[in-house]
Amino acid sequence: MRWKRLAPVAVLIVLVILIQLVFSAADAVYYLTQLTMSAYYCLVAIGLCLLMGHTGQISLGHAGFFAIGGYTSAVLTTVNLLPHAGSGFVRFLGRIGFVVRRVDLYGEEILSVSPWIAFLAAVILALVVAFVIGLPATRLKGHYLAMATLGFGVIIHAVALGTAVLGESDGISGVPGFRLFLGLEVNGRLKFRVQNYYIAWFLIVAALLLAMNLIHSRVGRALRAIHGSEQAASSLGINPARYKLTVFVFSAVLAAVGGSFAAHYNGGIGPSEATVMKSVRYVAIVAVGGMSNLWGIVLMGMLLNFLSLRGYFGSYDDAVFAAILIGIMLFAPRGILRLPLLDSVRRLAGAGRGALARAGGPLAGILARRGGERKDGEAPGERHG
Amino acid sequence: MAEILLETRDLNRFFGGLRAVADVSLRAMRGQIKAVIGPNGAGKTTLFNLISGNLRPQSGSVRFRGQEITRLKPYMIARRGIFRTFQTTRLFAHMSVLENVMVGRHTCSRAGFLACMLNVPWKWPEERAIRGKAMETLRSLGLEGYAEETAQNLPFGRQRMVEFARALATEPQLLLLDEPAAGLNVHETAELSDLLLAIRDRGITLLVVEHDMSLVMDISDEIVVLDRGSVIAEGKPEDIQRDERVVRIYLGEERAE
Repeated sequence: MRWKRLAPVAVLIVLVILIQLVFSAADAVYYLTQLTMSAYYCLVAIGLCLLMGHTGQISLGHAGFFAIGGYTSAVLTTVNLLPHAGSGFVRFLGRIGFVVRRVDLYGEEILSVSPWIAFLAAVILALVVAFVIGLPATRLKGHYLAMATLGFGVIIHAVALGTAVLGESDGISGVPGFRLFLGLEVNGRLKFRVQNYYIAWFLIVAALLLAMNLIHSRVGRALRAIHGSEQAASSLGINPARYKLTVFVFSAVLAAVGGSFAAHYNGGIGPSEATVMKSVRYVAIVAVGGMSNLWGIVLMGMLLNFLSLRGYFGSYDDAVFAAILIGIMLFAPRGILRLPLLDSVRRLAGAGRGALARAGGPLAGILARRGGERKDGEAPGERHG
Repeated sequence: MAEILLETRDLNRFFGGLRAVADVSLRAMRGQIKAVIGPNGAGKTTLFNLISGNLRPQSGSVRFRGQEITRLKPYMIARRGIFRTFQTTRLFAHMSVLENVMVGRHTCSRAGFLACMLNVPWKWPEERAIRGKAMETLRSLGLEGYAEETAQNLPFGRQRMVEFARALATEPQLLLLDEPAAGLNVHETAELSDLLLAIRDRGITLLVVEHDMSLVMDISDEIVVLDRGSVIAEGKPEDIQRDERVVRIYLGEERAE
């Protein structure tokens, strides 16, 4: 049971390694750059999958959380505190390791916040913002969360474009690498390319494992129950508002983690990461992957983001994602991996398997215990279409 | 024995100018099957929604085991041991039958968001217990063969039974059943009647809204008759059958529906 669940993960890891080996052997490691970025975008999609596919809530503002993560890390690790180095507070921060000295792109020494602390700040900020938006929106039934997050996304984009500290339309550049441990560093330079591919995929696999654990647990069932019928779920003792809020906050944190790492990897972040179209793109990826199908979402997320980053969609980039969203809703609402045609093939293959399992009439047990006898109204195994 | 499990006092609910539930006071004793009957629009479902917390009354109170539960949210009321089914079955369509029943164990288990996500080993026994109890409940209703089926693929009558299984898995004290026989065929209704008696024999109190009069007369210990939001009669099945006002309402002597 548990192994059945982990087998696909093992296959994925093998695939990831194979892809790296092939690209390295073919002397085409530059492909790994796009795959790394795609992986960070996939992180957002995995969180959204839990929110949309499993809990039935839509967010149109997840690019905003990605941007919160990226911008927080970028601002804090590029700010220069050297002019304030004499102040007691900054000295205190230095002593506890919150700020570090480093040499910036132009060879000058600056004093800025450690990437670890910036990362923590990014996560906490996303968590708090998501909580504040989600608290009122998840108490209501219906599409209030979609509305609230749409507004939030627009605001974040406007703030990123209009704030001097955030670099306005230029965004922030010169973000340093993020030294993790054991010599690993989130950094976009050539010599770090292969290890960064693995760092990003490590995050994906970790997020996948967490998500899969959640789905197959008491809480996961509660989430899907809320998706199925909020009223029925609450009549069984599930507090829908609390679970919707928790999943929303978690998905926002995942997006912020992706944003923070991506900013270190790219060496910067710009307002294009915060547009509403980026949020729609995440929604499109979740839809095309099959809403609740983690594997479909990772697959389609990697594929579409890779193609987009390689520039195959040209200037129609946004239009392609919007068109995909429309197409999926019209022709394959359960995702590209569950096209109606593929599904009927699957059904044919699986028919007969279920029918064998059913033996013993309905209610047989309880009637036997009461000593009653009754003919079944319906033969076991009989079903409507 | 005769503990008052549920008591409503002067419950009122208006929809605009319509008084859907008017000064309804009733009691359900522990271990009995109490039926709520009345013509369409009498306020039966509204009354259920008031008890289960899906609607809030404008005035009046609901007490369960002596405690006020009037303005609690539905999930809080469920946690106290009151569970309900709906007029139209509300199974979680895309989950398996087993998973549906496992959701019924929600209030009997604890594992939180982080513990579930990290799949911590000390929560494994709980998960096994949830699965075991759900399977046991399915077996007791003869539904174990459907465990892995997706709920929405079951025929209607079976879906109903799965909804019962889900409600029973909660280990309820009080079950509110809203028209459990609606849409069932004759055989299924007969099975249902046995099932409800068996549930009562387990010590679970049942409050049942039902239109099938022969079923109601067969199984009820007591019957309440609602008309236009008010209680017009209450008593044992044989008394209700003889009550003139009830007969008049059901035969529609003076009224055009």
